[in-house]
Amino acid sequence: MLKQLVPALRATVVLALLTGLLFPLAVTALAQFMFPFQANGSLLRNEAGQVCGSKLIGQLFSKPEYFHPRPSAAGAGYAGEASSGTNLGPTSKKLILGLPDDASTKDVDESYSGIKQLAETYRQENQLKADEKPPVDAVTRSGSGLDPDISYANALLQSRRVAQARNLPVEAVIKLVDEQRENRQFGILGEQRVNVLMLNLSLDSKK
Amino acid sequence: MTLMGCEQIALFSIILLLLTKPIGAYIAAVMEQEKTILDPVIAPLERVTYKALGVKSGEEMHWTEYSFALLAFSLVSALFTYAVLRLQGVLPLNPMGFSTGLAPAYATNMTADLAFNTAMSFTTNTNWQNYSGEATLSYLSQMLGLAFHNWVSASVGMAACMALIRGFARHSTQTVGNFWRDLVRCTLYILMPICLVYSLLLVWQGAIQNFAPYVIASTVEGAKQTLPQGPVASQEAIKMLGINGGGFFNANSAHPYENPTPLSNLLQMLSIFILPAGLTYTFGKLVKDTRQGWALLAAMYAFFLAGALICYHCEALGNPNISGQSVEVSTKALGDLGGNMEGKEVRFGLANSALFATITTDASCGAVNAMHDSFTPLGGLIPLLNIQLGEIVFGGVGSGLYGMLVFAVLTVFIAGLMVGRTPEYVGKKIEQKDVKMAMLFILAGSLSILVFTALGSVLDLPAKDWLNPPGATYNNVNNAGPHGFSEILYAYSSATGNNGSAFAGLTGNTPFFNTTLGLAMLIGRFLMMIPVLALAGSLAEKKYVPPTSGTFPTHGWLFTALLISVILIVGALTFFPSLTLGPIVEHCLMHAQRLF
Repeated sequence: MLKQLVPALRATVVLALLTGLLFPLAVTALAQFMFPFQANGSLLRNEAGQVCGSKLIGQLFSKPEYFHPRPSAAGAGYAGEASSGTNLGPTSKKLILGLPDDASTKDVDESYSGIKQLAETYRQENQLKADEKPPVDAVTRSGSGLDPDISYANALLQSRRVAQARNLPVEAVIKLVDEQRENRQFGILGEQRVNVLMLNLSLDSKK
Repeated sequence: MTLMGCEQIALFSIILLLLTKPIGAYIAAVMEQEKTILDPVIAPLERVTYKALGVKSGEEMHWTEYSFALLAFSLVSALFTYAVLRLQGVLPLNPMGFSTGLAPAYATNMTADLAFNTAMSFTTNTNWQNYSGEATLSYLSQMLGLAFHNWVSASVGMAACMALIRGFARHSTQTVGNFWRDLVRCTLYILMPICLVYSLLLVWQGAIQNFAPYVIASTVEGAKQTLPQGPVASQEAIKMLGINGGGFFNANSAHPYENPTPLSNLLQMLSIFILPAGLTYTFGKLVKDTRQGWALLAAMYAFFLAGALICYHCEALGNPNISGQSVEVSTKALGDLGGNMEGKEVRFGLANSALFATITTDASCGAVNAMHDSFTPLGGLIPLLNIQLGEIVFGGVGSGLYGMLVFAVLTVFIAGLMVGRTPEYVGKKIEQKDVKMAMLFILAGSLSILVFTALGSVLDLPAKDWLNPPGATYNNVNNAGPHGFSEILYAYSSATGNNGSAFAGLTGNTPFFNTTLGLAMLIGRFLMMIPVLALAGSLAEKKYVPPTSGTFPTHGWLFTALLISVILIVGALTFFPSLTLGPIVEHCLMHAQRLF
């Protein structure tokens, strides 16, 4: 055993330097040279040149004239330093029936609303007709809490509200949604989806 | 389930099958020191490395010496990581000032017990994480402390597996290879070239790779949003290829900076399975009968496909408690964005989330692209059961195949008992000592999972106890009812299985859980690896017995079917009672719409 301790010490130092330092440095150099936009976080800038977000990371929208992302469990919602899902199981009362700031249950942590309430809010905000239901992605929280996308069905249902708030014809908003719709990669991989930040930026650039 | 979803699962399976033979042949060439196409580039680096290590790469080792080298290296490198983590406040590459007075308000402290847990976790290839990367670790800790182990713990697993394969392939000898040579060659020839190309592909898709401090964005609605940065892609590549699974960020492969697109997701899933799939071919090639390898691969595919389809089906059916709130969940209307979308990303949908969850637990990876804690009860049972079966379905780098070979030994032993003959496997007589080692391997894992789970479910401590501040250990769960028990069961299964995925609601960052989970990881790694090396030594000494008409053939469907049954019976007998108390009873209660 003792005989192997010296090579063990040396191997730790040599391999740590090689794999833990030289390799990431080499990859960083290559990545910064080949794909600088992606390597630095796919950051988007506004007209003033300030970073206004990342193409890949969802952000909060609550005004009626913007499309809204999915609810989020990252911090107070889309907090980049606290990526997380709810980690609530399928039989959790909090997940389904949770109410924010319910005075009668002050001792229970209710930092977010349950699916029942989220569905209620979604129905009211978007004035859904009797035969329309909120799609499930609109009332569930993603695994990262930073999901940049919503489903196409979710975007369509929000179009009426956005059009009304912006005094635009619904068809014009739906046309934008269609333009921003991302199809499956190579026609097979992943799901059809709409990037909320990109859609909202394209709405803003239209006026 | 949708047609598109099933097509994606089929596409994955076919690509993997096509890659098995070329990768397996390459692994065989590297580990048995034959010529490879990368020799002109890597051979000089290899020679320098041996010189720096001060080892003679040509020396062969007895299995005990091989084990000593393996243990010595694991011990020293674990201490090294513990030191890096504890000292991160004074070390460079810490732009956010973690573990210093300048740390942001959301930072977590790297305490002694958390550093112990993390060092054990990465040394044992588990990558259980009781911390959130973006709020706890400096870039240097991520790279030098943790990613370093992603590389070498994979090579250590590969080394142990090669020793066992040599045990079968060699005969009448005392030696099973040279640990240092196996460690270095696996790292330099197999992991490094793949990771280099792979990390650049990930950057191309959107994974980040920089050393900048976190960006503060002013959002469109005028709020502030922190965008964490870091050398993610280089760590992501080895995290998946080395089947480690420890995310740079808390959300792991669900985080868009780790896993930005469906293509990066496909690459990540393939890179989990590619080395263990290849190793089945390596085994067949080295025992000079490739059919032996294909028979093991067939058993793996059977478990994998069954698990993926069941998990996908359960997630697509969804949760009646959600659809009961008059929410649209039908996959007919929404495709793979219906069903149970809690904890899942829109870009992946149901099929890719269920597939990823099955793959990451079939293998000992533990990376997640959706939160297992929020899966439906039976959808979450599949990952849990996969881990409990011993992660032998493809499994970890090396550790998957040696686990499967242990079950193959057990299978021929049981078949031998049925017909009353001394069992043989690929030309080696399986005797008392070998079966003892196989049983030790299986018992160590089961015992650790069940005993620790029992302890973690009932230990009644006073509130604010230093060992566990929430008091009784069952206060650490995030979900009441049977799901809370599942969280504890999953934690110890994952730690013992060196998986690292979690029903992540459990508050694991307390001295009690940090320590017991750390011990479970050590048991699951070394109490299982040493019996394997002993088995390797015992097999290498034996003479080769040519097959006769009385030999039970181990390359056909009959053997594969028997192997599957033995794995299922051992797994079911050991874990069915605990699964009944957790996911199975929860499934019934969910359909009765009981909430906790």
